[in-house]
Amino acid sequence: MKYENYMTLEFPSKSANEAFARAAVACFAAQLDPNLEELNDIKTAVSEAVTNCIVHAYRDSIGEILIKCRILPENTLDIVVRDHGCGIEDIAQARTPMFSTGGEERSGMGFTIMESFMTSLNVTSRPGRGTTVHMKRKIVRRGSTD
Amino acid sequence: MNLTSFLQDKRLTVALRGEIDHHSAKEVLRVVGNKIDLYLPYTLVLDFREVTFMDSSGIAVVISAVRRMRELRGQVIVQNVPPQPGKVLAASGIERIVKVEEGSCTA
Ligand SMILES: Nc1ncnc2c1ncn2[C@@H]1O[C@H](COP(=O)(O)OP(=O)(O)OP(=O)(O)O)[C@@H](O)[C@H]1O
Ligand SMILES: [Mg+2]
Repeated sequence: MKYENYMTLEFPSKSANEAFARAAVACFAAQLDPNLEELNDIKTAVSEAVTNCIVHAYRDSIGEILIKCRILPENTLDIVVRDHGCGIEDIAQARTPMFSTGGEERSGMGFTIMESFMTSLNVTSRPGRGTTVHMKRKIVRRGSTD
Repeated sequence: MNLTSFLQDKRLTVALRGEIDHHSAKEVLRVVGNKIDLYLPYTLVLDFREVTFMDSSGIAVVISAVRRMRELRGQVIVQNVPPQPGKVLAASGIERIVKVEEGSCTA
């Protein structure tokens, strides 16, 4: 696919990197001139995807998390978050609101938030091999007058 | 972590602040839990005025506070919620189990 700009981030699944990852993606997204709400939607969705890698994919270990961002035509931000962790057996079930294997500290709303805050969400996974979360967000083009 | 709190007539207000994500939520949960245990309030007010970011980890914080307060036959109120945490709370349908007070606040 034709793209206009891109960046790649790679970091270990330490929870201290959550804030770094969402801030880095937000900085990259800034070139699309999003408003505050659009920027916050992107930060929130990235935080959900990265947290899932940390708490689910690499539950009892530290593994590698990869984020790829691209600027696509039509003012669209394309984000891929990938892990090589435990994978998801049943993706439809995982995406159901309030479904969680995470216990008391989780609410099962991560995928629901990614889906409703982004323009599109696609999840692929292979049990034992890892998970790829692919999100797109179209940013409204605003005239220079507003 | 130190969270400012305020007790009046068995109504405990705790001012949450900063970024509430998986990294910080555990500590927020611990501090709020300790305050509930110490003051045994009838009403717990979680004030979000100074929360600059929240993801679904924050939903779990609110839900666990609700659970704890139910054991005490008390209630939880969430107030002064800025737009970003507000959108996350709304997506979770949390209004069904806690009272969200308008308390105008624009970030
Ligand atoms: N990267 C991943 N690797 C393995 N399993 C995953 C991954 N992401 C999600 N899951 C599975 O999908 C379920 C649902 O994820 P979702 O983010 O919606 O909720 P949660 O993480 O359990 O709770 P919350 O996001 O509200 O804290 C998880 O409980 C987990 O079982
Ligand atoms: Mg999650």
